[in-house]
Order: sequence, then C-alpha cells, then structure tokens
Amino acid sequence: MIPELGHFALAMALAFCAAQMVLPMLGARAGDARMMAAGQPLANAAMLSVLVAFICLATSYAVNDTSVANVVQNSHSDKPMIYKITGTWGNHEGSMVLWVLVLTLCGAAVAAFGRDLPSVLQARVLGVLGAIATGFLLFILFTSNPFDRMWPPAPDGQGLNPLLQDFGLALHPPLLYLGYVGTAVTFAFAVAALIEGRVDAAWGAWVRPWALASWAFLTCGIALGSWWAYYELGWGGYWFWDPVENSSLLPWLASTALLHSAIVVEKRGALKIWTVLLALLAFALSMLGTFLVRSGVLNSVHTFAADPARGVFILAMLGFYIGGAFALFAWRAPSMVPQGVFAPISREGALVLNNLLLCCIAAVVLVGTLYPLFLDLVAGQMISVGPPFFNLATLPLALPLIAAMALGPLLPWKRAALWPVIQRLWWAALLALGGFGLALALTGAKFWPALGFGLGLWLIAGAATDIVDRIGLFRQGARIALTRAKNLPRSAWGAAIAHAGMGVTALGIAGMGLASETLVALNPGQSTRFAGYEWRFDGVRDAPGPNFTARRADVSVLIEGQVAFVMTPARRTFPIGRMTTTEAAIRTNLMRDLYIVLGEERDGGAVLRIHHNPLAPWIWLGAYIMALGAGVSLSDRRVRVAAPNRRQAAAAA
Amino acid sequence: MTRKRRRLTILLLCALGLGTATALTLTAFQDNLVFFRSPSDIAAEPPPPGRAFRLGGLVEEGSVTRGSTPEGRPSVAFRVTDGRSTVGVQYAGVLPDLFREGQGVVTLGQMGPGGVFMAREVLARHDENYMPPEVAEALRRSGHWNPASGTAPPAGGRPGA
Repeated sequence: MIPELGHFALAMALAFCAAQMVLPMLGARAGDARMMAAGQPLANAAMLSVLVAFICLATSYAVNDTSVANVVQNSHSDKPMIYKITGTWGNHEGSMVLWVLVLTLCGAAVAAFGRDLPSVLQARVLGVLGAIATGFLLFILFTSNPFDRMWPPAPDGQGLNPLLQDFGLALHPPLLYLGYVGTAVTFAFAVAALIEGRVDAAWGAWVRPWALASWAFLTCGIALGSWWAYYELGWGGYWFWDPVENSSLLPWLASTALLHSAIVVEKRGALKIWTVLLALLAFALSMLGTFLVRSGVLNSVHTFAADPARGVFILAMLGFYIGGAFALFAWRAPSMVPQGVFAPISREGALVLNNLLLCCIAAVVLVGTLYPLFLDLVAGQMISVGPPFFNLATLPLALPLIAAMALGPLLPWKRAALWPVIQRLWWAALLALGGFGLALALTGAKFWPALGFGLGLWLIAGAATDIVDRIGLFRQGARIALTRAKNLPRSAWGAAIAHAGMGVTALGIAGMGLASETLVALNPGQSTRFAGYEWRFDGVRDAPGPNFTARRADVSVLIEGQVAFVMTPARRTFPIGRMTTTEAAIRTNLMRDLYIVLGEERDGGAVLRIHHNPLAPWIWLGAYIMALGAGVSLSDRRVRVAAPNRRQAAAAA
Repeated sequence: MTRKRRRLTILLLCALGLGTATALTLTAFQDNLVFFRSPSDIAAEPPPPGRAFRLGGLVEEGSVTRGSTPEGRPSVAFRVTDGRSTVGVQYAGVLPDLFREGQGVVTLGQMGPGGVFMAREVLARHDENYMPPEVAEALRRSGHWNPASGTAPPAGGRPGA
C-alpha cells in the first residue's frame, strides 16, 4: 500500500510541476496576476507531494519491504537501521527522488522567501523550476521508478554496497544535491531574466544569496566526499582527479565564479550578460555531472546501474534545458545593454580576473575529464587521464588566482592603483615569503609544498589585512575598531573568512605534499620505526560486526618506549554481495594524521602500510571554514532587507 | 580609459587566459595520457621505457609469489595474461582485497628491466563478479573470451605451456 501511495504522490507531483511550468509563465506573458499567483501554491503542493513520495520510499526501506524491487536490490534486513534509511538515496532511483525533493524544496523556498520579488520575475523563476522538475519526474516515472513491485516478494534484499554503508556517505549525497540543485535556482533566475530581457542590480541581489547557498553546500559536499575517500578507500590520498570527483568540482568552479560576478552585478551593475551566462554554465555543468555519474558512462562507486535508456534520457534533458537556455541567451543577450565602466585595475577588474582564471581551470578539468570518453568513442582507444595531467595543467592557473585573491578585496571599486594595495599587504607578502623560505629549508627543498605553505599564509594574512584595514585597528585604537568591526557588513566578514578558509585548505594540501609512507611485513611482537614513532604489531584477530566479519590488527604506537596509543586497522568482509572493505585506522591531533592500512596476512604476520600525513585535516577544515564564510555572508542584513527597500524605491520612482 | 579600450583589454586578457589554458592542456596531454595495454599489445609492440601505462588482464593461476624488494618492502610478483601473451608484474604495496588468481586486474606503472612491469598501483574491484571493462575488451580482442558466451574463462597457464 505504501509504495503505491508513493508512486501516486510522484504522479501528483508531476501534475503539479507541469502546472507550475505552464500557468505562471502564461500569466507572466499575459500579465494575468491570478495565473502568476498560482505558482506559489503549486510549488508548495509539488514539494509536499515529492516529500510524501520520499517518506514512502524511506518507509519501505525502513521496514525492508521485499516486494519493492528497489529495496530488494539495494537493502537487506541485516543492515543497521541508520543505513537502511540512508540506503534510500544510496541507489540510482532513490537518489533521483532526493534530487527532485531538493529541487521542489528550492521551488517552495523561492515561493516563500520570494514574496518581495517582482511578481513577474518570481512567476517566471517558478515556471522554469517547474519545467526542470517536470523533466526529472518524467525521468523517474518512466525510466527509474523506485516503487516498482516484484512478485513473488524476495526472501530478503541483496544488500547495499558496503562502501556506501558509512556515515559520511550518508550525508554526502544530500549536501551535494543541495549544491547541484541550488545551481538550478540561479539557472531559473537567469532564464527568467533572459525572457524579460532585463538584468538589474535587484536581480544580482536575488541571485547572489542562492549562488552563495548552493556554493556552500557544494563545498561541504565535495569536502565530505574527499574525506570519505581518504578514510574509506584506504589509499591515503584525498583527491584522485577521478572523473566523478571532477564532475562535482566543475559546477563548484562555475558557481565560485558566479557568486563573485554576481557581486559586480549587484554593486556596480556591470558584467550582467556574463553573469547570466555563468549561471547557465553552472547548471549545465551540474547536469553534465548528473549525466556522467548516473548514466554509467563512467565506472565508479557512484555508478549504480549502467542502463543506456537512462543515459539517453538524461542526455536528452541536458540537450533540451541547456540547449534551450543557450539558444535563448544567443537570442536575447545582444539586446541587453552593457553598463558600468571600470578600469582594468579595480575591484571589478580583479573579479573579472577571478572569473577568467576559474573558467580556464574549469575548461581544463572538463577537457581532461571528457577526453578519454571522446577518444574511446571516436578512435576506440582506451586511455585514462590521471593526476599528473590535472596537476600540471591546473596549478599554473591556480597560482595567479591565489595570488590575486588577497589583492582583490583590497582594491576599491571602479578605478584603483595597484601600488597602495601592495603597500598595505607588505607584511602578508613578508609572511608568505618567510613561510616559503622556512618550509623550503625545513623540508629539504621540496618546492611545491613550500610554495603551498607560502600561498596559504598569503591568503590568510591577506584576509586578515582586509579586516584590519576596514576596521582601522592600528589607525584608530581598539575601541573604535571594535565598534567598526560590529558595524562591518557581514558580507565583508564572510568574504574574509572564506578566503582565509581557502588558505587553510592550501596549507593542508601543502602539508599532504610532505606526506610519507612505508610498507612493512611484521610478525606479532615485531616493530618498526617510522616518522619518529615506534610501531609494534601485536597481532590480528577476528572482530564480528552487525552485518560483516572483520579481521582487525592491533598496532601499538610507542613514543620513547612507552605505548602512547593503540591503532586498529581492519578489513571487513560482507557476506551479502561478497565484498570486502578496508577500514584504515586514523589517529589525528589536527597537526598530522597517522594512518594505517591492513594489507594481506602472511604466515602469521601481516603487511601494514603506514602513512604520516602532516596537516591532512586542514584540507577539510578549510573547506568548512569556506562554507562558514558563505553562511556569515548569507546572514548579512542587506541580503534580507534589500528587496523591500528596492520595492519602495521603485514605487517612489 | 574609453569603453573601447576597456573592452579590448578584457578581450586580450580572455585570449591570454584561454591561450594559456589550451597550451597547458596540450603540453600536459603530451606526457600524461595513460594508455591501456593488454599483454598482447606489449608483445606486439614493446612500449617505450619510462612511460607509464595501464596493463590489464587476468591474474594467471599459480603465478602469485610473495617476496620483498631489495629495500626490504614486502612485494608481490604475478603474471597478467590475456590468453595469448603474459607479462610479469612486480608490485610493492597493499593488494586490493579482491585480488585473486584468475580474476581481472588493472595495474598502473611502467616497464622495468627484464621486461617486468613495475606496478605503482593495482586496481581490482570491490565486487567479486566485476570485470574491468578494459580487461573484458582486451580478452575479447585476444579471442580468448566472447562476453556474449558467458562469464570469463579461468586464467589457466600460458597457452601451450
């Protein structure tokens, strides 16, 4: 009964979304206020319907309803309850339902928070969102219905990929989807603006919070995925330039560019056409990511099923939405008048440089990701493009970007001189150079990690300079500075925090550049010295789990002959699905990670791979600081109150 | 600065950026494309030394021996076959959990002295029934296995051996 209810709710949602696509659009065209007003209740109704469908699916998973094909394929009664529920989106069908749920939630949010939006713009945005949701609901209902029944019911399910039975991964898809889908909202705003043929500062003010929010979620989602790869795959790395990772990085790069150029639209009224184009691009890259990951074109843990029909359907949707939007862009963009003159050296100029470099990095990553597919298709040749390519091709573009990141926020709008800004940053430059030199000396002349330390310090010091300058800490005394700090717009704080977060991530990456590892075969009682510690292997034993069996090693870590702590790397074997996973043992003190992977067992002993990863946690910590910066910026009063003020201004005019 | 000159500056900057990106991509492609080769490919055309590539096939039954490298790192030697040719592989590292004799495997590394492939990475899937697509393709090309006719054959010794 519950699955049928869910299926029915999905069908209802399709009807609501189709209406949401048509009515407000027609209303906006005809100037019919009643039809435009239909958008809001329809968006809410669609959201509620998808929510009901999602809850029905989650319930089927929770009670392990083995008459539902999707549950049978992806769940098992042995699984702990938390992974039964998170398993709802640990498969293709369920994750698509989650996608649409997030999309309709965004639609409902636009309906709820967008009351101050000009009603025509809001109607069109809701219409575009309705159109996207309609496409995805059709996709779910026709190619990936999660509620398909099977008869007779299976005795039990086939289990979820054990790699996905993990708490980090339970949160990773929802966060990433919030980010992906957030780009759908900015896309909808861009399309609405193209239909209206008008982009103004108010539009920028509306787009920026959505871009910020989606960027923050993308950042968290990517960081969580990278962290998961670090501790679950047991390879000791944090980013592998895997095509699936790249397809989440691409929308991140585009939306980073978008949220910066939206500032220029909002503050200066310039770069409008470019911002609209970026909003289209960000969503196009999100859709491309969805296509690459879900179609089975790429092979990875993310590819749930290689069903060509689905790939073709997503590709068709990609062609329809993105092709349509770009056609609209080509048609309408020339009629938009560029505004806002600025000199190349100015805040606007710095933001243009930021956009340019980010887009170049995105282009390089895109080419590297798609080239193997292209070559396979055209020449039938199987190649792969690995980390060396991406490091070599993106680093030279990332370096000027990071160098300019500290300068940009200090430049005044419209016209600026570079020299005074450099003068204000002299101590940051000194710190960066000092860090670079010191790291070079201490690490035995390892150039790239040392450069990373220098750049990380440069970013953090640059962000600090920005804040110190704005509150006049050294010019006006502590008390006035404190008042000014309180009155400083939150968006300024947010930008400084996010830039500093990037610096923390750079330091973490630089630290990982100094990581070392060793591979040893030890018998029980034997020990080895590595990274200043003595590692004693105490033996391997069986350790049963709820739905797996495990072999777990005890490794005592000794400092000056005393056991400081015991680490227990393990290997889990899941009888259902006959899979094994590696559980690395990680011991962190925030300055370094000790990381052990249990290899094969050899005549009573075991092979251990031990890593010493300096500053590894900073990589993800920096990402969360960046997201925090976005959050602070979003809490800016101006984000919330700007719209009504403008409306009054418009009424007065 | 006039609007025209401003536009020109921005256009020049864009051209510079895109040009750099293209140049970087092309140079990086030159040395860092990792080709996939099957043992038969290597027999037919020995790859240049010092160039990394991926070698895939089935782990030959009974070929896995464990030892250690001169530096004392525990290592594994095995042979990869596609039914027609075989290549010896040396690997010092943790083998994936589902590395088994007779199963599909993909390794990344370069040819070392004596025609032995020095692997830097060994990839096997976490799923026991999984066959890497490149390996399936290599087996199909060597005529050893037609995917349409069922599951992969066991990787017995060298043909004729």
